[in-house]
Amino acid sequence: MKIRAQIPMVLNLDKCIGCHTCSITCKNVWTNREGVEYAWFNNVESKPGIGYPKDWENQERWNGGWHRRSNGRIEPKLGSKWRILSKIFANPSLPEIDDFYEPYTFDYEWLHKAPELKAQPTARPRSLLTGENLKKIEWSGNWEDMLGGEFAKRSEDYNFTGVEKEIYGEFEKTFLMYLPRLCEHCLNPTCLAACPSGAIYKRDEDGIVLIDQEKCRGWRMCVSACPYKKIYYNWASGKSEKCIFCYPRIETGQPTVCSETCVGRIRYLGVVLYDADRVEEAASVEDPKDLYPSQLSLFLDPNDPEVQKQARIDGIPEAWIQAAQRSPVYKMAVEWKVAFPLHPEYRTLPMVWYVPPLSPIQSAAEAGKISERDGMPDVRSLRIPLKYLANLLTAGDEAPIAVGLERMLAMRAYMRGKRVHGVEDESIAERVGLTGATIDEMYRIMALAAYEDRYVIPTTHREFEEDAYVLRGAGGFGFREVTEGRTASLFGGKKAQPGKPVKREAM
Amino acid sequence: MSEFVNYLLFGWFPYLAVTVMIVGSILRFDTNQYSWRSQSSQFLRRKQMMLGSNLFHLGILVLLGGHLVGLLTPIELFDYVGVSHEFKQLMALIVGGIAGAAAFAGCTLLLHRRLSDPRIRRSSATLDIAVLVLIWLQILLGLSTTYWTIQHVDGREMVNFMAWANGLLTLQPGSANFIIDTHIVYKLHIILGLLLFLITPFTRLVHVFSAPIWYLFRPGYQIVRTRRGKGVPPRATEPFGGAPAYTAGPATDRAFIEEVQ
Repeated sequence: MKIRAQIPMVLNLDKCIGCHTCSITCKNVWTNREGVEYAWFNNVESKPGIGYPKDWENQERWNGGWHRRSNGRIEPKLGSKWRILSKIFANPSLPEIDDFYEPYTFDYEWLHKAPELKAQPTARPRSLLTGENLKKIEWSGNWEDMLGGEFAKRSEDYNFTGVEKEIYGEFEKTFLMYLPRLCEHCLNPTCLAACPSGAIYKRDEDGIVLIDQEKCRGWRMCVSACPYKKIYYNWASGKSEKCIFCYPRIETGQPTVCSETCVGRIRYLGVVLYDADRVEEAASVEDPKDLYPSQLSLFLDPNDPEVQKQARIDGIPEAWIQAAQRSPVYKMAVEWKVAFPLHPEYRTLPMVWYVPPLSPIQSAAEAGKISERDGMPDVRSLRIPLKYLANLLTAGDEAPIAVGLERMLAMRAYMRGKRVHGVEDESIAERVGLTGATIDEMYRIMALAAYEDRYVIPTTHREFEEDAYVLRGAGGFGFREVTEGRTASLFGGKKAQPGKPVKREAM
Repeated sequence: MSEFVNYLLFGWFPYLAVTVMIVGSILRFDTNQYSWRSQSSQFLRRKQMMLGSNLFHLGILVLLGGHLVGLLTPIELFDYVGVSHEFKQLMALIVGGIAGAAAFAGCTLLLHRRLSDPRIRRSSATLDIAVLVLIWLQILLGLSTTYWTIQHVDGREMVNFMAWANGLLTLQPGSANFIIDTHIVYKLHIILGLLLFLITPFTRLVHVFSAPIWYLFRPGYQIVRTRRGKGVPPRATEPFGGAPAYTAGPATDRAFIEEVQ
């Protein structure tokens, strides 16, 4: 057993109001540059819909994620290494920028520069690729917001597999949910596996997956290989870029920008310890429906003394082990089983998990529209089809989703009893396999969601891992640091260091 | 062509071009790796790329390999293993002809795409377009030499070129004289080729050196980077408390260990 730590994220879709604040703040911090105008490290999709880029969930088309071969081994769906290399000159599975959207701005300047005209001057849209005015904006990063567009097109949504979707085209039966998406910082990332340059790597200390911008050569296999289409090719710099999980903030114990600014307080960050030796095994199970439980089995109990002992041997700092015990992510994913991975069938073992949305069910149940079972609404006759959520979160297995939703309903029923009627009905908790005390904690973390309960992020002890002394005075952030911490250079040889202490015998 | 000009172009210029290519590329790699990339435009426009890029790259790789082996291998080696000059000339004509035709078709498609598509055109640096035009011309010149080559299929001229290249490689003075009487088309082809070598470090052509062949031999799929155990000097043992320690050497201070699993 080799224990590694990661800071995964959980998003409580039950509380997402689709305001896009996460996307906007992320955009302003990381991707407001030439070449990535079209890129949203974080975006929010209205579901059902085909999403951004178009049809990203259709891996028959994009060949993202992993493929399990008949001998039980997994390889990227793009093919084995030589097959990937054979596509290097032109990659048939690469999306085009139009699959995202052609980036544009508006001629605002014309509004105050226009001479006297017969008609009011207008700010026409202008392409940021060609500089030419666009007649019409045909698509954008958030084109289907709030179920925009006709159902026929939205129903191309891959998650309708096995759902009688025609019913959901009718106005009174339609449903809507939001899906904020970012890089999953997978345990078994395909982008990394498919990178011929070896420029993508996973960080040992916190599991963040990054692209080494110096090492990237722009072969763009990662763009196809990532099934979530969360790697963006910067057409100006010729390098791929992706969500960096705001690592400069995470390292200093702060939540990512998307989490920090989330007005619905739906995001959670916390440490999870996992067994790094079993990653490939867990990603290789035969039945895609087993991928969710097999990923769960990788996560280790931070309260187990044996696990703690091994974690210390593997160099995980004490503060991280303690943070893991308070981790809201571990509680929601492992203890309460209300959070689920996004599309586990891609076999990437994603580390951004989702609590399925409940509200539409509850309100329909209250209106007496769906059947009740034991005083609680039956989650199986609900407004958002269970099958749809299962296709999204558990490779089509409805049972775990049903349990998760029932637990959230039970939390409401129990807390309503406690707060409104002053009755702590332990039987409600028992019915869903929980105790009243657990529900109290669920309520504290999921409903009240205080800042310090949502984000339990230990700082990265850089002082133990690198000599920060030489870093002072370095260029700081930026792709071209002045010194990069080096004192040797091809020009002028090794720099003289007169201030270096003279070697002396210890006194 | 006067002997002096001939000597400048085929005796001196090759050394200059290759030196600039090697030294320039090393400098660029060392100082500004962020600029080292293939700069593919497939993401902006897929059209013509599948056919154009594959034809061009496969063709040009065969041509490059053929030229390197064909010109730089010692003539004696061919004689020793019994490859006749006629046979070698014939092979060069057939293989080079096919590869050249493929590369030319591909390059034409790519050039057309780069110039006619406003997206690609606007995002191209001047050198991106210049490189493509030069390569297109170079393939055209190379293909047109076949007309003169088939007039001496005994490989006479080819041997002259081999002697010239062999001579340059082994630093023989006066090698340029081997090709002083060859047709101007061959000479233009050589000069343009050397010019492409010369401008390589200043253009996207550097991506040739990064052909990721070693990816095939990378064990496993996943890469994890750790800083643990790297670059952390044992402060406690330093004679001067709090003073910086330079034990690991400055260049490794920001290094990491890469683990493949």
